[in-house]
Amino acid sequence: MSLQAASPSNSAEQATATSRVLEVEDLQTYFYTRSGLVKAVDGVSFSLARGATLAIVGESGCGKSVTALSLMRLVADPPGRIIGGRVRLEGVDLLRLDEAAMRDIRGNQISMVFQEPMTSLNPVMTIGRQISEALILHQRMSNKAALNRAIEMLQLVGIPEPKQRAKEYPHQLSGGMRQRAMIAMALACNPRVLIADEPTSALDVTIQAQILELIAKLQRELGTAVILITHDLGVVAETAERVIVMYAGRKVEEAAVGELFARPLHPYTRGLMNSIPRLALMRREAGQQRLQEIPGIVPALSNLPQACTFAPRCAFADDMCRGQFPPYQEKRPDHWAACWHSERIAEKVNG
Amino acid sequence: MAVIDHDAELARAGANVRGWAGGIFFFVRRYPLGAVGAVLMAMFVATAVFADQISAFDPFTTNARVSLAPPGGEHVLGADFMGRDVFARIVYGARISLAVGVGATALGCIIGVLIGLMSGFFGGWFDLIVQRLMDIMQSLPLLVMALVMAASLGPSLTNTIIAIAIPLVPNVARIIRSNTLSLREMPFVEAARAIGMSETRIAIVHVLPNTLAPLIVLATAQLGSAILVESALAFLGLGVPEPHPSWGRMLSESAAEYVRTAPWLVIFPGVAISAVVFGTNLFGDAIRDILDPRQRL
Repeated sequence: MSLQAASPSNSAEQATATSRVLEVEDLQTYFYTRSGLVKAVDGVSFSLARGATLAIVGESGCGKSVTALSLMRLVADPPGRIIGGRVRLEGVDLLRLDEAAMRDIRGNQISMVFQEPMTSLNPVMTIGRQISEALILHQRMSNKAALNRAIEMLQLVGIPEPKQRAKEYPHQLSGGMRQRAMIAMALACNPRVLIADEPTSALDVTIQAQILELIAKLQRELGTAVILITHDLGVVAETAERVIVMYAGRKVEEAAVGELFARPLHPYTRGLMNSIPRLALMRREAGQQRLQEIPGIVPALSNLPQACTFAPRCAFADDMCRGQFPPYQEKRPDHWAACWHSERIAEKVNG
Repeated sequence: MAVIDHDAELARAGANVRGWAGGIFFFVRRYPLGAVGAVLMAMFVATAVFADQISAFDPFTTNARVSLAPPGGEHVLGADFMGRDVFARIVYGARISLAVGVGATALGCIIGVLIGLMSGFFGGWFDLIVQRLMDIMQSLPLLVMALVMAASLGPSLTNTIIAIAIPLVPNVARIIRSNTLSLREMPFVEAARAIGMSETRIAIVHVLPNTLAPLIVLATAQLGSAILVESALAFLGLGVPEPHPSWGRMLSESAAEYVRTAPWLVIFPGVAISAVVFGTNLFGDAIRDILDPRQRL
């Protein structure tokens, strides 16, 4: 289809032999702040298959957004610094590129949709013009050609009367429309990887579903791989194939989505699942059963102990947990977790 | 409960404004003072542009026989001691005022925007040094600063424009810098980075257009003071040199000697200066109201 034909054929094309479009190895992003060293992302590794969807979940402050920004190399420096690891996109290590080469990659091969559609669009620039920018930058299109493509993109993301809308300013569009426009902007150059950082958090529930459906549809049509960053496990269950659970800057569990929901092996994952409201729970006669929460808060990342970072909030924690960080291991086929007691947790879920 | 006339309310909000004529009519209704300012400015600009057609006399021709002729008769606004037609000199003087006013404001804004944008967006040592320079410049009043500049540059049209433009720079740079500081933290700047824009391009394409509204407000306000300062410089003999007619110098030539015997030599240039400055200020206020985002519906 025309959209794929429009993508530039570059040397990376030859790397299609591998099934992995993105490989992240031991990514470390630290913040040097007044309150000390904050290890916002501490040795995170994962890989993303071509056209697949990977979800990264966790509470606020667990490092998922910083992970996303690190992949784009958009971490504000100072105070942030990517101090180690490899981010290989089509075999090219993004962390080793100079800034100009990285700019060619951003928006072209890897792009991002932000959380806030209200403020992520320039209020004094027309929608069409903003989508055109990426095309003018990366594909050296003329203004007119780029605008025509922008109108095509608006149509693709399901905005009615795209020709008209392209001439309008962000304040003339609703939140959902703006997020659609953001997606059009991110996908204009047909990138290999789309990072969606809580794309639906600022939208109301009916629009959320539409946006997620749209991302899934475009993913199928364009073959883009998606990294979905969210704290909403409902969203994960609907859209992702593989899930990474992050806690305090580290990966604590990873599995295919079905496996993870059926058999969470980390107490944090279990806690997250238990804190989803369920209709059945609310309908119960007594109606008194309280929604479970995870006690405590995410620890300050500036002063992490050597022990398991989740131990202070964990019902299963014992002296071993408080003494040493558990190794990240394959506990079941293709199901990884970092917990000393994953067997006990698995039993508890099944029991 | 009060009865609300929907049509009247809608008309007040400008809901049925159609076309440019409708737009002008709405502007006049909504901002009558601004409209007065706009008319004064339009007259001023038209006078400057069509000076040749408007004035029957040449502003440079002297005629001893009509020296100090009173208003009325052949010379509508009288003649000065050299017998030059006052009306012609005021009409041609509008050209000088307009050139200096617009020229100085534009030059000051361009330099100010460049400095403010670089200062605010890139920060660092450049910001530090430049802003201290701006502090130093702002510690002097506009007129004093322009006076020093004009005196050191020497009298000519270009030098007058430069002398007035430079002291305008700090005001513009300040406003643009402070706007830029808040704009550069906006998510759309981050989004622009995420599509691979360079920092310079972000500054020009995304940040600059967002600072235009306050810039327009500031520029119209500065236009009035630039014209006023030009008159003041000319009054002090530091403006555009003879024989070019400048309103300020028309005042200074006549003020001491003829204010009692031939007051029209002082009154008419004074009225011209006041009217133009008054007009730009009224128009500037209306522009500020229109561009103020809190009032935009």
